[in-house]
Amino acid sequence: MLLFPMKAWERIAVADFANQQPLALHVPEPKARPGVEPDWSGLTLPPAGAQPRPDETCAAAETWPLCTDLIRVLDEDGVAQGPWNPRLDAETLRTMLRNMALTRAFDERMFRGQRQGKTSFYMKCTGEEATSVAPAMALAADDMVFPSYRQQGILITRGYPLEDMINQIYSNKADKLKGRQLPIMYSARDYGFFTISGNLATQLPQAVGWAMASAISGDTRIAAAWVGEGSTAEGDFHSALTFATVYNAPVVLNVVNNQWAISSFSGFAGAERQTFAARAIGYGVAGLRVDGNDPLAVYAATRWAANRARSNAGSTLIEHFTYRAEGHSTSDDPSQYRSAQERSTWPLGDPIVRLKNHLIALGEWDENRQAAMDAELAEMVKAATRAAEANGVLGHGMHHPFHTMFEDVFETLPWHLREQSEQAMRERRIKWPDWRPEDGDEMP
Amino acid sequence: MSRRMTMIEAINDALDVTMGRDPAVVIMGEDVGYFGGVFRATAGLQKKYGKTRVFDTPISECGIIGVAVGMGAYGLRPVPEIQFADYIYPGLDQLVSEAARLRYRSAGEFIAPLTVRSPFGGGIFGGQTHSQSPEALFTHVAGLKTVIPSNPHDAKGLLIAAIEDNDPVIFFEPKRIYNGPFTGAYDRPVEPWNKHADSEVPEGYYTVPLGKARVVREGEAVTVLAYGTMVHVAHAVCLDKGVDAEVIDLRTLVPLDIETIRASVRKTGRCMIVHEATRTGGFGAELSALVQEHCFYDLEVPIERVTGFDTPYPHSLEWAYFPGAVRIGEALDRISKD
Repeated sequence: MLLFPMKAWERIAVADFANQQPLALHVPEPKARPGVEPDWSGLTLPPAGAQPRPDETCAAAETWPLCTDLIRVLDEDGVAQGPWNPRLDAETLRTMLRNMALTRAFDERMFRGQRQGKTSFYMKCTGEEATSVAPAMALAADDMVFPSYRQQGILITRGYPLEDMINQIYSNKADKLKGRQLPIMYSARDYGFFTISGNLATQLPQAVGWAMASAISGDTRIAAAWVGEGSTAEGDFHSALTFATVYNAPVVLNVVNNQWAISSFSGFAGAERQTFAARAIGYGVAGLRVDGNDPLAVYAATRWAANRARSNAGSTLIEHFTYRAEGHSTSDDPSQYRSAQERSTWPLGDPIVRLKNHLIALGEWDENRQAAMDAELAEMVKAATRAAEANGVLGHGMHHPFHTMFEDVFETLPWHLREQSEQAMRERRIKWPDWRPEDGDEMP
Repeated sequence: MSRRMTMIEAINDALDVTMGRDPAVVIMGEDVGYFGGVFRATAGLQKKYGKTRVFDTPISECGIIGVAVGMGAYGLRPVPEIQFADYIYPGLDQLVSEAARLRYRSAGEFIAPLTVRSPFGGGIFGGQTHSQSPEALFTHVAGLKTVIPSNPHDAKGLLIAAIEDNDPVIFFEPKRIYNGPFTGAYDRPVEPWNKHADSEVPEGYYTVPLGKARVVREGEAVTVLAYGTMVHVAHAVCLDKGVDAEVIDLRTLVPLDIETIRASVRKTGRCMIVHEATRTGGFGAELSALVQEHCFYDLEVPIERVTGFDTPYPHSLEWAYFPGAVRIGEALDRISKD
């Protein structure tokens, strides 16, 4: 009774198999590896100013065209175009330019410091300055930001002292994080800047939770988070978008699509199939895809999303289409895995140059002023570096007192950590017999 | 004033008391809102405190814990429920890498004052996905506290203390004893809590401090270390066998009350550790190591560990897996020999 249908099924399966081609696995491969000239012909760049700007409280689905388009404001001549032009006054534009230039000057100096052995690690954001500086200017100063590791432009824009950033990078005795965190993993509660995690995308559901808490409390502040395109593959991304849409959380979620996650190109996060902004629509969240090297477009998109969140109209996912001009960090050499010409031929240019050209086109800036500003900023960073170095650099003994290693695991010290801290002190005495506990070096 | 409560009622009461005292307390989890939770722990709370303080969530443990961390950073005091401890793993990164280390990595700028409640343990024919005891995964993490009550009185006091605590707390509720204490006699009717002295629960606010064990029964012959359901099971076996055991309910695994353990083992010279979780790398291994380190010269016989087997929790053979009277009895016999 059972045999007949099984035999029939087997016959069909074998017959089908004979007529089918074997399955093939697709493993994504970037277009240009080292030694290959990049070909950008597949990248369609719509003209600046051509994208419609829907009402900020529109239905999420209305933003669908903007998820596959590219919101652009600055055209090739440096002129601001179209409905997304935020119409910022010249003073604000100069401040934006200055914040981006300061971020770049800071990166240059810190990268050099790492190469000189002053710290273990650094990450530049060269070419991506607009994706943190412009949103920081478009958000309110007390909106809470949940950054990833390449948003130093937010701290700089919000006026966090450079010297404190460098103290953290050097893990020295003045480091507010007590030398516990990898360089650049800042935390600045007073500046509305959440502690950076090294685990990717964890900040997304946290930002949604903060935004939900703000709504629960009847507050007016919103939250914003940043994540790289590579990390959108994490489950946290899906959790964050799901919670954001379910509770209509007042949050702006930024995907910085800089094309590369260390050596893995964006294809490994799904970019060959669809844009990152397009994911928003599946969740019922508004989505915007923005020219991330156009500071005015980034500013305008952030302002749109922030207004939407502030009016209880929901969350927005913004994809910033940009390019990581440098390596992932001081620990990798990008010439080993991607074409060296990608940076110089990147079709969306450089955000600082583009804003500079815009200000020049407006008659509000010139090359001399730019050069003078760059020199002034370099000097400012140098002075901050010198001041921070007085507090020590990594590995030269000027770190936080020994016992602080055991603090802040819990609010109060449990017996087992007290025992372990005594062990650590004993080890120190054995290694350095002449060492005498200085103020604060013994357990309180 | 006090009244008799089941463990579920005591937990519900603790949530009610803390929500009434502190508007920052919010409850969220799968089915905890209108329905009041699959075990009824949050029954009536949404109606009393409103939908923005007690609400259902998507089926996403990563999201539940991650969102709770963000709410804690804002200044709320979230009490997320994970419907079964077996479901907690998608939220593990948010607990281990985020909640547990927020205070440390930000040098105190941000804290994660959340209390993650979750029913755990077997004995209800839950099969491998509704029976696990994963406490050792959490006691291994620097920065997390792990609390496991064994009765209504402690459940309420410990839960209030956990919610008020400024560190993240994993609060595992032994679901086998939600509605009555369990001595391991699975073939007999459930004994209700109202016949048990520890079901007498004070009304209103009180705390049972974290990090303090309780001596359930004083004795001279052997020290029994247990928590949750196994306190009752081990205690019953000792009584049945007429062993003059000192039964200690640990109540909190981290931070651990080493003083109470040390004082007892120094007195008895014998130590049996009982837990339901799998054996290898279980919290019993940590307890065994600590007793050896602190009481080696007081020990007269090797320490005994009685645990679940190193298999997934089977459905049909649940009671063969469970560390019940026979397994405990054998260990007691071994440890009682001269």
